[in-house]
Amino acid sequence: MFEILHKQVLAHSIKRWEILAPEVAAKAQPGQFVIIRINEQGERIPLTIADYNRDRGSLTLIFQEVGRSTIEMGRLRAGDKILDLVGPLGQPSKIANYGRVVCIGGGVGIAPIYPITRALKQAGNEIISIIGARSADHLILQREMAEVSDQLYITSDDGSAGQKGFVTDVLQQLLEQGTAIDHIVAIGPLVMMKAVSELSRPYRIKTTVSLNPIMVDGTGMCGACRVAIGSETKFACVDGPEFDGHLVDWEVAQIRSRMFREEEEIAMQHITRGGDCQCHRKE
Amino acid sequence: MSPERVKVDRQVMPSLEAVQRINSFDEVALGYSEEQAVLEASRCLNCKKPLCIEGCPVEINIPAFINFIKERKYADAIRTIKEKNNLPAICGRVCPQENQCEKRCVLGKKHQPVAIGNLERFVADWDMKQEGNTEPVQVSPSGKKVAIVGSGPAGLTAAADLARLGHQVTVFEALHTAGGVLVYGIPEFRLPKIIVEREIEGIRRLGVEIKTNMVVGKVHTVDELMAQGYAAVFIATGAGLPYFMNIPGENLNGVYSANEFLTRTNLMKAYLFPEYLTPIRLGKRVAVIGAGNVAMDSARTALRLGALESYIVYRRSEQEMPARKDEIEHAREEGVQFKLLTSPVEIRGDENGWVRSMICQRFELGEPDESGRRRPVAIPGSEYEMEVDTVIMAIGQGPNPLIGQTTPDLQLNRHGNIVADANTGQTSKPGVFAGGDIVTGAATVIQAMGAGKKAARAIHEYLQNI
Repeated sequence: MFEILHKQVLAHSIKRWEILAPEVAAKAQPGQFVIIRINEQGERIPLTIADYNRDRGSLTLIFQEVGRSTIEMGRLRAGDKILDLVGPLGQPSKIANYGRVVCIGGGVGIAPIYPITRALKQAGNEIISIIGARSADHLILQREMAEVSDQLYITSDDGSAGQKGFVTDVLQQLLEQGTAIDHIVAIGPLVMMKAVSELSRPYRIKTTVSLNPIMVDGTGMCGACRVAIGSETKFACVDGPEFDGHLVDWEVAQIRSRMFREEEEIAMQHITRGGDCQCHRKE
Repeated sequence: MSPERVKVDRQVMPSLEAVQRINSFDEVALGYSEEQAVLEASRCLNCKKPLCIEGCPVEINIPAFINFIKERKYADAIRTIKEKNNLPAICGRVCPQENQCEKRCVLGKKHQPVAIGNLERFVADWDMKQEGNTEPVQVSPSGKKVAIVGSGPAGLTAAADLARLGHQVTVFEALHTAGGVLVYGIPEFRLPKIIVEREIEGIRRLGVEIKTNMVVGKVHTVDELMAQGYAAVFIATGAGLPYFMNIPGENLNGVYSANEFLTRTNLMKAYLFPEYLTPIRLGKRVAVIGAGNVAMDSARTALRLGALESYIVYRRSEQEMPARKDEIEHAREEGVQFKLLTSPVEIRGDENGWVRSMICQRFELGEPDESGRRRPVAIPGSEYEMEVDTVIMAIGQGPNPLIGQTTPDLQLNRHGNIVADANTGQTSKPGVFAGGDIVTGAATVIQAMGAGKKAARAIHEYLQNI
């Protein structure tokens, strides 16, 4: 069992857990992920590690309530325990001194971009960060990102935070202004990562993205997470989750992300009809 | 040979009716009644030179345990089996006896061989029904710690044997449940999970600690385990990496590896969705590519999940199918259809990216290949379209690379399997042993158990000398 030490609501439907997992925290590196299972009936849910504290033996996990399982996660409180947690899984980010790096986080993707940005900053890079969300009340980790960035741009779809528009608008401006960029790391929704990769392709700037496909075991055993990279099929869980954005077949990734859409809706109906209303439970 | 003995026909194991079966995940083969078991045991000739023992990878004293059944001394029978086999209820269900002990049975030359597997299962099931079955043997602790990576048949067998020799054994399992392929791969209707749980409980009672959610190679490397005081490490990580055919359309929605399909169903209980939250999505016409046990399990599972048509698509003929005879028979009874000498060359999708059909090619058998089986040769121009909406790839599994990648001085072969001595499991790295599918490539439960036994013996010897 793994205890939730601390819980915080970061933004609209986005929550942060600090969870006790000393053996995993001792090994975790930026870019890696864990798989959790809340209880016996639960799915195995992959979550990118948002931070780790080796002294406290804890991991930080940030998740957005988008479906049945993440809503159930959101209902848990500090002191509650989850049944399973395994990791650290996947390959760590390649941290090197590239020069000037643009780190882009969209929505809940800002959570995993943060430890990578911090590590890149510590490695001596000049960091330009661009983070974006639907609106101000969906935006997370603004202060943390500011601390590890030389420049921080903020965008929101409705203009309630930073510049109105998308993270790609800022990237496009930077590219068109002729800003010298040595490397880009982008994490967020598939459409965002695809758009970033398309923008940077003509400039031949190496662009790393982190894919989060459907997974079961997370150790290379099931192949559910296969992604088409160039002419090869890779397993995101063991070969990734980071890949060269210019080689990702985005159409395959988008189609595969929808494989269980109907089942996801059935699971949601099941929860809303299932009683056990916890609206008035105190956080 | 006394003539009366062979008058008794081989006892047929009762099984659920096919119509009942495909609506549930209940176990299909129901096991012998006591009278049937005693009758079947009476068929054994108790040969002076029992060839059946030679056919058993773990060398169970087969005539001895059968003789005890004949005398209704079931406790003695199970003790005899457990001297060599720590998982008898599992082996009695999933061993390919027809290629092992029963193949060597003298009776089989003129009549049907003794149903050794069915008798093993009978006495193992009897044992589980007894209160406080087989008390753990008290042994003096050796003070030596052994780490075992993987809790499948090879790992569990080695763990039990080493614990019986007094060593302190910790098993590291990557998944959240112990058992490896016994829990994620083999379906409930062939091997009920309660049976696996009880067998594992028995191994825990021997003092073995099983740590789940531990991916060795990630959370600890082999070297770190040794630095933590484990004097020896046994790697039994199995064949966990699914193979695909590398044909167009394999990434369409509706294409599963058998590993994914079976893991969702067995380990994650997707057949109970949405009570259990892991989904599985299956069409009406399901094609399983391959004809081994994993393929049969997949095709039979598909029927239970509501498929109207379930096909085995295999490029060789019936004779070459690697599955156990019983499984092929059960599959056929349940309505699985066999498309033999056929293999897909492309999978086609609809406008939403879902499987719509397979382009298949027909084959004929040519000269025997290096495996001794006749090589399938494609017939040019024989392509045709087969309408299916789900495709399950059951063409084999390779070794998971995680341990190899993080243990630089561990020698691997060109397929990525760990190179280990066939008799001892000794690898290129001192103190590190390996066995089961990670060494041999995908094989059977009992072969993995045989490797676990040999490695346990060798590890025990190694621990005496350090």
